[in-house]
Amino acid sequence: MEQELSVDVSAARMQRGAMLDRIFRGATRLFAIFVLAVVIGIVISLLVGAYPALKKFGFGFLTSTEWNPVTNEFGALVAIFGTLVTSAIALIIAVPVSFGIALFITELAPRWLKRPIGVAIELLAAIPSIIYGMWGLFVFSPLFADYIQPWVTDHIGSWPVIGPLFDGPPMGIGMFTAGLILAIMVIPFITAVMRDVFDVVPTVLKESAYGLGATTWEVVRYVVLPYTKVGVIGGIMLGLGRALGETMAVTFVIGNAHEISASLFNPGNTISSTLANEFTEAVGSIYTSSLIALGLILFLITFVVLSLAKLLLMRLTAREGKRS
Amino acid sequence: MFGKRTKGLIAAAALACLGVVSATSATAGETISGAGATFPYPVYAKWAEKYAHETGVKMNYQSIGSGGGIKQIKAKTVDFGASDAPLTAEELNKAGLMQFPMVMGGVVPVVNVPGIPHGKLRLSGDLLADIFLGKIKHWDDSRIAAENPGIKLPKKSITVVHRADGSGTTWIFTNYLSKVSSQWKEKVGNNKSVSWPAGVGGKGNEGVASYVKRIKGSIGYVEYAYALQNKMNHVNLRNQAGHYVAPTSENFKAAAANADWSHAPGFYMVLTDQPGAKSWPITGATFILVYKDQEKPATGRAVLKFFDWAYHHGDSMAQKLDYVPMPANVVSLVEHTWKKEIKGSNGEAVWQGK
Repeated sequence: MEQELSVDVSAARMQRGAMLDRIFRGATRLFAIFVLAVVIGIVISLLVGAYPALKKFGFGFLTSTEWNPVTNEFGALVAIFGTLVTSAIALIIAVPVSFGIALFITELAPRWLKRPIGVAIELLAAIPSIIYGMWGLFVFSPLFADYIQPWVTDHIGSWPVIGPLFDGPPMGIGMFTAGLILAIMVIPFITAVMRDVFDVVPTVLKESAYGLGATTWEVVRYVVLPYTKVGVIGGIMLGLGRALGETMAVTFVIGNAHEISASLFNPGNTISSTLANEFTEAVGSIYTSSLIALGLILFLITFVVLSLAKLLLMRLTAREGKRS
Repeated sequence: MFGKRTKGLIAAAALACLGVVSATSATAGETISGAGATFPYPVYAKWAEKYAHETGVKMNYQSIGSGGGIKQIKAKTVDFGASDAPLTAEELNKAGLMQFPMVMGGVVPVVNVPGIPHGKLRLSGDLLADIFLGKIKHWDDSRIAAENPGIKLPKKSITVVHRADGSGTTWIFTNYLSKVSSQWKEKVGNNKSVSWPAGVGGKGNEGVASYVKRIKGSIGYVEYAYALQNKMNHVNLRNQAGHYVAPTSENFKAAAANADWSHAPGFYMVLTDQPGAKSWPITGATFILVYKDQEKPATGRAVLKFFDWAYHHGDSMAQKLDYVPMPANVVSLVEHTWKKEIKGSNGEAVWQGK
């Protein structure tokens, strides 16, 4: 009797459990599909919005440097160029610095220093981007224009090949400043990810390497990095994604001029800052549509970058088994 | 859940609320909403605050830019729109809108050039256009020197600063340049944002002001209030009559005084390059847009009442914020037009005077 009762209860409980499980599974699936639906919805609305401009300008939209609201002639090249160049500058500066910070925290810093630096990095990541923009415009760019830029122009400006990159009016505003501010903004993100993945390297692996007489650099190069490359690349991509789409901070310091120039000290424009500046006052369907087309291009660039990163990771993992 | 007594209390409170709402909605609870130009926002906000204090009617204004204001009034999400650039009579008729000027201001070229004393630089219109075209590259250019015999101009390159965002300020400024320079009209034109031949772009008046303060050798243009508040070095411009004038509210008023509003269909009036010995050449009015056919005459009347109050009681507040109030003859012309053109769905004039 008693036996039977307990079986009964557990059966009922199992039934209820199974039902809850189904509901849970259904709910999670719904959320996942919701994300997919949002992305597809964005793509569709971007395509619909961009269609008039793409129809009018065709492929030339990508290669034209024209951006003239008066004559309604629009091209995306200046904004694409600015977006890619500022993001590239940001990564060139941010990756080595982040790598150094992450390495210092995980491998070299004394125990009492690890936490304060770690917390500081996380705090930096939480600062709103407009603060970086205002700091860049009001604090950094004056110092940069008065002290660093003239020196750089005098000393590097006349070098062959890279000289023209650093030859320009010392305004403190321009593509280089924008890239630098972006670098400061993405460093916390890349560092945080790198630190977390460096932390999961098994101590026994590192200690074995040290035991064999490896230097710190050799341990990092041959033990830590191979073990964490997926996470490291993921962190860099996270930073790149943020740099590509960053709006307010860039708008403050890039100079917002629709032109492509050889010098990084000259003003330029990015896709997101063009959108931020011009969307509210865009009158006329072609103008609005061209801005939406810019948004579509930014979406595509981000998609391509993420796909390339995935591809890179796949190739790395495929090679993994063969090496040893 | 709730006890019986609590339920009773809630019901009573709800009833009381309903009573209060229905009693006040006719007078104090009213809100009118508008959206548009950023340039007049400070004075509209000031008026709204005072008006709410006096009458209990709230005015909610979103300063999202002139283009946004036009879009919103066309979508009928707001009771009135506001724009720095006037719509042509044709555009107004197409949308069934009426516009009227609310307050005036001036656009001021500002410079940051070491060696040029405050308020001393003189420029003519076509010279200003050539600087913004990027044709004149240095401050010691012979053409600038010819107009400024007393000033020792530095050998410094000129950096042009313009608005990066679309703006009614840019519309007024490029309208002036198009009037005084045929080359500007041909190559660049007149719009809220244009394809700038030279320079860097700042976001908003404050963006241009901070870029100009930042960059040595720069020239930009901002609304008068920003030039004043930031103590920026302004340019004296040669007006149509051939006099060099300084940007002061007196000279803005002079430009407006000569304008013939009664012969401007739909109040389409641009105050740039006006005749008169004292006229500041880059003056502009900012406009309000309302529907001629008011689906809700009561709301329409509340909107007009607010602007009527602002016309008659808002002058000193406007002047304190460095705006120029509309002259009395223009105000009576506007209110006359309200009576004539703005009708409710029953064909009755919405505005009956006070």
